[in-house]
Amino acid sequence: MDSLQKAIAALHEADAEAARRSTGDRMHPAARLVVCGGFLAATMSFGKYDLSGVLGMSLYLIVTAVWEDISLRKGFWRLKYLLLPLLLLCAANLLYDRYVVFCIGSLPVTGGMLSAAVLLAKGTFTMYAAYFLILSMGIDRLCMTFRRMGAPEGMVTVLLLTYRYLIVLLKETQRMVQAYALRSAGKKGVHMSAWGSFAGMLLLRSMDRAGDVYDSMLLRGYNGAFPCEEGQKRAGKGRNILYAAVWLGVFLILRSVPVFHLVGGLLCGQI
Amino acid sequence: MHMADALMTPAVAGTMYACSGAAMAYSIKKVREMEQPDKIPVMGVMGAFVFAAQMINFSIPGTGSSGHLCGGLLVSAVLGPEAGFLTMAGVLLIQCLLFADGGLLALGANLWNMAFYGCFIGGLLIWKTVVRKGVTKKRIVAASIAGAVFSLQLGALSVTLETLASGITALPFGIFLSVMQPIHLAIGFVEGVITAAVLVFVYEMRPSLLWGYEDAKQETGLTAGNRRVGKSGRLTLKQTAGTLAAAAFVIGGLFSLAASAEPDGLEWSLEKVAGSAELTASGDIYEAASGLQETAAVLPDYGFRGNGSAAGTSFSGIVGGIAVIAVCTGGCYVLRFFRRKGKDGQSAESHSRSA
Repeated sequence: MDSLQKAIAALHEADAEAARRSTGDRMHPAARLVVCGGFLAATMSFGKYDLSGVLGMSLYLIVTAVWEDISLRKGFWRLKYLLLPLLLLCAANLLYDRYVVFCIGSLPVTGGMLSAAVLLAKGTFTMYAAYFLILSMGIDRLCMTFRRMGAPEGMVTVLLLTYRYLIVLLKETQRMVQAYALRSAGKKGVHMSAWGSFAGMLLLRSMDRAGDVYDSMLLRGYNGAFPCEEGQKRAGKGRNILYAAVWLGVFLILRSVPVFHLVGGLLCGQI
Repeated sequence: MHMADALMTPAVAGTMYACSGAAMAYSIKKVREMEQPDKIPVMGVMGAFVFAAQMINFSIPGTGSSGHLCGGLLVSAVLGPEAGFLTMAGVLLIQCLLFADGGLLALGANLWNMAFYGCFIGGLLIWKTVVRKGVTKKRIVAASIAGAVFSLQLGALSVTLETLASGITALPFGIFLSVMQPIHLAIGFVEGVITAAVLVFVYEMRPSLLWGYEDAKQETGLTAGNRRVGKSGRLTLKQTAGTLAAAAFVIGGLFSLAASAEPDGLEWSLEKVAGSAELTASGDIYEAASGLQETAAVLPDYGFRGNGSAAGTSFSGIVGGIAVIAVCTGGCYVLRFFRRKGKDGQSAESHSRSA
């Protein structure tokens, strides 16, 4: 499966999953957005050697995954986009930070190893947080939330339209790439002589399509704004505030108290 | 060049959000002033186009590798910088949420590094300046290459500064910069050539789509069939391209090499003034701040808190972590079991009622 096909499949899957989840989800998207933001800020604020602290933040991911029945394995492929820069910086840390912090048996653990582990943990956790967010609400509800929170109409409309036309244009691109590949006798990529005409033709088709889209929108009564009302009944305000407050409180505790050390000390009889 | 959340601290991410937010507010204001409602769907479709076109592999002859087009510059060359910036914001948000390409909290930085430089430096400053006196193929090529090279150089510089300001890497500034700048010089050149190829095609097929084309036509009084521009008294195309290329090479190559050999400005200044590159401080406030830092730092001075053995403390942390995670996971499963049981009971009750 090529990258275009994978992207199309991923978009379809995300759409279907979000639609399935949002019908049963009674939590307000704004509460989820606040919790996700809190999680990201707390995770990112840990120091570069604070491995136990960062690992503590996995509690949110585990609890959410179990509670909301989200497969962590399914979202793992998303790490590939983050992995290269993270691994490069991890390698640099391993090379430049060789101060031995402690030894496990005869194996010395350096500052570089710790900071690399922290970097990978932070990258994975923050990626999953964004994945959970989009899985639970989808782009449509996210845009509605942005609009209700005061985001400009034009910006939200552009975002919605970009998303809606993404699949259409990806499919069109895939058709063009496939047709080109069939005529180019197995050569990889688009040859230099066709760079301009290939993408240029796609651009012109896209622009024509944009004109048709706008005409259709006008015919359907578009007046510069998309309706952003939710048909589904959501949970009460109190429940949403409680949900956000509990999670933000947990993040605050995990950030300020070394919970893992305390529990470990208790179990090992050090306290 | 998409930055992940892991590469930034909240302070740096917040600062970059503020910078990008200002650029976005300005762009929204400008787009509103244009009063072109039909531009909104064009922006949406252009965003989708950039996304799709960036997935096409343009093979680079003789290298075996492939390149992509420069999205920020391309949308600016069609929509203008302000609308282009808003379009790129939509693209970057979708990339971040659906494909994990860039972090959610790092979105402000990614907007700045890719959309702002691509649209406002590449589009507004370079594209507009080069095509102001008329659009020709040579000008399109020069503007595209210069715009892509400069915007990528600035983007790479920003990535380096943001990563170092966040303090997550042990890589020295000079080495980091000397790795980032030259590689983005090459990428920028290739992206510029691909973008130029697309824009030249558009110019040949439908020139009115290019931003600045109509203005330049009115200014020079030339028709679509007679696109050449006479002498303007400014730098010639070759001179402009040469100057920009030379400047790009100086920034990308020499500047980064010089930076790698010398200490940074703050260290140099401190050494000159105080005789030492590090300052010591005393007083109640300093001691209080130092105490707070020691309390908050879980791994002070690369070591673990307390006087016990570091490995022992670490072991206790791991044991504690496993225990807490196990309890929470188990608790969730138990709660989910009861929740499902409750739901089943409710549905059975409603079935019996309806029967």
